[in-house]
Amino acid sequence: MPTNTAQSTVDSEGAGPDPAAPLLEVDDLYVEFRTRDGVAKVLNGVSYRVEAGETLAVLGESGSGKSVTAQTVMGILDMPPGHITGGAIRFHGENLLAATDRRRREVRGSGIAMIFQDALSALNPVFTVGFQIEEQLRIRRGMSRKDARKRAVELLDLVKIPNAKGRVRQYPHEFSGGMRQRAMIAMSLALDPEMLIADEPTTALDVTVQAQIMDLLKEIQVERNMGLILITHDLGVVAEVADRIAVMYAGRIVEQSDARSLYRKPGHPYTLALLDSLPRLDLKGAELNTIKGLPPSLLNVPPGCPFHPRCPRVEDVCKTDVPPQHRLMPGRLSACHFAEELIAGD
Amino acid sequence: MTDNIIEVRDLVKHFPVRVGVLFKHTVGHVRAVDGVSFDLRRGETLGVVGESGCGKSTLAQVLMRLEPPTGGSATFEGRDMFAMKGAELRKLRRDIQIVLQDPYTSLNPRMTVGDIVGEPFEIHPEVAPKGSRAKKVRDLLDVVGLNPEHINRYPHQFSGGQRQRIGIARALALRPKVIVCDEPVSALDVSIQAQVMNLLGDLQTEFGLSYVFIAHDLSVVRHLSDRVAVMYLGKIVEIGTEQEIYEHPTHPYTQALLSAVPVPDPELRGQRKVIRLEGDVPSPVDPPSGCRFRTRCWKAQDICAEEEPALITRVAAHPSACHFAEEKSVVP
Repeated sequence: MPTNTAQSTVDSEGAGPDPAAPLLEVDDLYVEFRTRDGVAKVLNGVSYRVEAGETLAVLGESGSGKSVTAQTVMGILDMPPGHITGGAIRFHGENLLAATDRRRREVRGSGIAMIFQDALSALNPVFTVGFQIEEQLRIRRGMSRKDARKRAVELLDLVKIPNAKGRVRQYPHEFSGGMRQRAMIAMSLALDPEMLIADEPTTALDVTVQAQIMDLLKEIQVERNMGLILITHDLGVVAEVADRIAVMYAGRIVEQSDARSLYRKPGHPYTLALLDSLPRLDLKGAELNTIKGLPPSLLNVPPGCPFHPRCPRVEDVCKTDVPPQHRLMPGRLSACHFAEELIAGD
Repeated sequence: MTDNIIEVRDLVKHFPVRVGVLFKHTVGHVRAVDGVSFDLRRGETLGVVGESGCGKSTLAQVLMRLEPPTGGSATFEGRDMFAMKGAELRKLRRDIQIVLQDPYTSLNPRMTVGDIVGEPFEIHPEVAPKGSRAKKVRDLLDVVGLNPEHINRYPHQFSGGQRQRIGIARALALRPKVIVCDEPVSALDVSIQAQVMNLLGDLQTEFGLSYVFIAHDLSVVRHLSDRVAVMYLGKIVEIGTEQEIYEHPTHPYTQALLSAVPVPDPELRGQRKVIRLEGDVPSPVDPPSGCRFRTRCWKAQDICAEEEPALITRVAAHPSACHFAEEKSVVP
């Protein structure tokens, strides 16, 4: 298994990387989309970091900016309409936003890889699954066709696709949903990345298949000591795999915490409301608590705290002042004016 | 004394698999629904769960009479649903309505909300005389929690949750007795999902509706259902009250399905015993012999390949289609 040699492939070159720095650090990132209807402020100062071997879950509803953050990290954000207006993304301490296109391409795939929600549209329908895995190996690693095919079979084996030798010649439409997601994971691992971003990897799958895929991701992560960013809206999946959680709302991280503390005592009213509105398999209640209203339009984010129009404990200060990140305890941040009270209360 | 509004017996729906360009011939059948029986009681919610491809949505379409059945029978208030014609069929169509999954594609983008919600009155003018329609539509919008002033807006001006409310208002327009909900909340965000689920619950109480609630999310189904049917490859493998299915499941498939649902509580991580199923659902064109679940089942014996287990009462009070049914608690 060439997994251990992989650790040094990226940081061996260039002056930028710093071995003491965190694996990935997103620092005060601002992104806006300039559209016909106006400027949508999609990310408004997003910061998080991920260490090797750690799983960070980025939790949020549609439009909260969780996928845009990932796309910016990967360097696959559509520009235009996207514009990065501030901040830094540091991979081993090297600011990727200041790097050359060539350097970004080097990092993409072998440093940071990504898998997507909809495997059927992420895979190219006119090439075999094998070809799509081999392509990267031949171009990036200079492997011969034969060696690349061998490696592709190994990778499909690794993600537990039965009969990998035969499957490698098949096209994506011949795979089932779960198998396609496995094939995409195999593809993302081809260049031995140190960091994997999984954008809603199981949202389109049935629960039994979802359990298989999450097991597989966890196993691969532990084996390779990879950093994993799991983007999802599923509070159940997060509870099962995340070490740390970042909750996003309207382009901001409103709470960041280790998984246990967050579920035990949410430090932000939005997190609390999300947990309360969830139907539970193990509890049957009469009425679900709901969050009134809708998430704000990013073209017109309310002043002050973006959650204040929907917040049950809103006060005057929330309508005017953007709450700073309160440090509740080491590793726990909350962007609520009343975070301390929330944690202390009942 | 039970009052069944719908009774379904041995319902079968096969779709032919046809090949050839000019001389088409049938090479097999997709056995989408393959012998399903259940009762829907007045005022209750029957949840139908199962993985994709198990026949849930086909069942909905046959119940709506959008697809003719291949075999079996169904009665609505004691009368044969599939034999109805003319005026009687028109009456049936009023009484059974559907709410679809995707609020983005199930509303015509060129029609205003008023036209969408009011369209059922065009087809069934006896429900609302022409002059009163606008008021009826406003009332319906109000009932589902939308602003009646928005009657002239188009679907794109609404969010996903609001669009689903429009779909629900349309389903309510003809004062139906049964609403088939086909994955009504699976396209919605968590905070919006709760709003729509509460709305469905409130409407049921207010109008005395019966729901057939189809979903793949077991937590959602538990929350809304009185009874639950678990489907696998076109068959019901277990059916019972919400409590029986969730607290005392006896079919291995139900147990596996329930144990695979992630529970939003990190404290339980690693403590729950999760039954991992291997592989995917087999093709419904060529389902396994005997018990259809046997290819993925850890209890499978020779008898499972030879004899199809009937859906009968075995170890527990509710029916289960497994030769080796035994109770096992899997929900924490």
